[in-house]
Amino acid sequence: MSDQVPLLEASGLTVRFGKVTALDGFDLVAGTGQLLAILGPNGAGKTTFVRAVATLVRPAGGTLRVLGHDVAGDPIAVRREIGLAGQFAAVEPTMTGLENLQMTARLFGHRRRAAARAAATVIDLLDLGAVAGRRCATYSGGQRRRLDLGASLVGAPRLLLLDEPTTGLDPVSRREVWAAVRGLAQAGTNVLLTTHYLEEADELADHVVIIDHGRAVAAGPLAELKANIGRDVIEVEVSQPGQLPAAAQVLSAVTGSEPRVDPLVHRASVTVGSASQPGAAALAAVLTGLAGQHVSVGEIGVRRPTLDEVFLTLTGHRAGRQGQPESAGRRLQGSAR
Amino acid sequence: MTQPTMTLPPAVIGRPAAPPAALTAAAQVAIRVLRKFVRTPGLWAMGIVQSALFLFAFRYVFGGAAHVPGSSYVDYLVPGYVATIVLFTGGGIAVAVADDRAQGLTDRLLSLPIPRLALVLGRASADFATNVWSILFTAAAGFLFGFRLVDGAAHALGALGLCLVYGVVFTVVFMVIGLFAPNAQAAQGMSMIAFVLAFISSTYVPVATMPGWLQAFARYQPITPMVDAVHAQLAGSTSDVALALAWSAALLLVFTPIAVLRYRRA
Ligand SMILES: Nc1ncnc2c1ncn2[C@@H]1O[C@H](COP(=O)(O)OP(=O)(O)O)[C@@H](O)[C@H]1O
Ligand SMILES: [Mg+2]
Repeated sequence: MSDQVPLLEASGLTVRFGKVTALDGFDLVAGTGQLLAILGPNGAGKTTFVRAVATLVRPAGGTLRVLGHDVAGDPIAVRREIGLAGQFAAVEPTMTGLENLQMTARLFGHRRRAAARAAATVIDLLDLGAVAGRRCATYSGGQRRRLDLGASLVGAPRLLLLDEPTTGLDPVSRREVWAAVRGLAQAGTNVLLTTHYLEEADELADHVVIIDHGRAVAAGPLAELKANIGRDVIEVEVSQPGQLPAAAQVLSAVTGSEPRVDPLVHRASVTVGSASQPGAAALAAVLTGLAGQHVSVGEIGVRRPTLDEVFLTLTGHRAGRQGQPESAGRRLQGSAR
Repeated sequence: MTQPTMTLPPAVIGRPAAPPAALTAAAQVAIRVLRKFVRTPGLWAMGIVQSALFLFAFRYVFGGAAHVPGSSYVDYLVPGYVATIVLFTGGGIAVAVADDRAQGLTDRLLSLPIPRLALVLGRASADFATNVWSILFTAAAGFLFGFRLVDGAAHALGALGLCLVYGVVFTVVFMVIGLFAPNAQAAQGMSMIAFVLAFISSTYVPVATMPGWLQAFARYQPITPMVDAVHAQLAGSTSDVALALAWSAALLLVFTPIAVLRYRRA
């Protein structure tokens, strides 16, 4: 039975573009029935992995199996199992949503009638009824994305590939897409998505693989990863720059870990010591400590770590490409692209 | 993990029994290209407006100063102009192909269970149809601006046939340009090579009027025999036709496999 076959099995997967090694011995095993997220900064190799799964790039080394089919040996079988929604919404803007879906359904192999039915089903499923008869050029970013998602679904694939499905979307559209993806996953569709937002992986994924420089640097159920690396961060902004060292000392004393100090913005932050010491509990101790040192606090809070901080913990370098100035890594947190 | 792999869409939609037949897939690809063309005035109108404007300028602005032996300038100009119009309007094909790649549409198509050849065939047939549109419109503009068939309509069919053959050839050439261009702007720029070929040929003036060093290039590039063959056909002769067809076949034989191979790994 196919239930026993893993959804994805990558072993030592290597993909090169000329001198650039986009995937460098990437390993991954994922079972069916879950939402898998590949999390990593720009240039980490996420798109390349999705394209490898979609049989669009030829690996230079290693193996990759999709639901048991080898991508190099039997690409046709792989293509029959997958639906791809790439990094950009690949819909024809001069065609209506309905026309786009029907065309893709025909290309998946549906006969005319079945294609019409599949398109109608997907329009219902993704709540696109109000705009289905309009040309896609008039769609909002979120509607376009959902239609693109729909186009990858009309062939009833067993694995849905979503490359950065919400990059460049406003918060409202992002939530629309999240809801759609969650609905599909809950109904049992296998989903592989890539993202550079920790928040997105947090929101959607059961299983997360963190990728950096073409390698998997951490993998596992999200809760497990969070317990290990995704610890809360306490951040303090002092009103008087001179008190920054004192604030840092308090953070260090309470949590037992090395604080990060950013004199430019008068901020010090620290990762909370252990999973058993939740951020809020530590925060009370930090506040008491700061009051004891007469540090006047401009702003203080507990927050989820940024992707940058997770990377720092995991790899010892920031999330930007190696060799780039630190600010390149920071920009990641904004909406890149 | 132990959840069944039954997915929602298969349950509701049902999986297609088999991938589509190659011709069905090619037709779908072609229909999309044609819909885009017909629904974008910038595509179907701009090319022909430009074509008519340039023909107007050559005919009425430069035409008074241009003298060619043995015929009026308009009768010399129009056949070559129609034969080479796809060199100008065909740039749109390269741009569209490059755009599809940049927008991820090509990736989507390549991820579907359809033969690569169906993709190339569908795309090329639709693009050829857009070239036919340019050729027919330009021919009509030629008549409007005073071109007359001196030798009856029968020979005109042979000339038109040649123009359509060139339409096929340059469809594939521009597809290849689009497949190698990193983006739409680059495709546009790379398509300018075609202008050079058209201008330094017998299209607008006889090659004999050019300086000697330029004549060497003009004579031995494919456009000159292609244009000369059209002139010959109109006059009821077949001189240069074999050479023009040989050039066409050679270009197709070189560029078609490049297009197919490049699509495979686009
Ligand atoms: N077609 C390509 N040609 C050359 N280099 C590429 C190509 N695609 C990706 N790369 C390079 O491979 C690396 C990984 O890229 P990509 O997989 O797109 O990363 P991500 O999707 O995580 O941002 C980058 O250095 C990128 O520049
Ligand atoms: Mg990417």
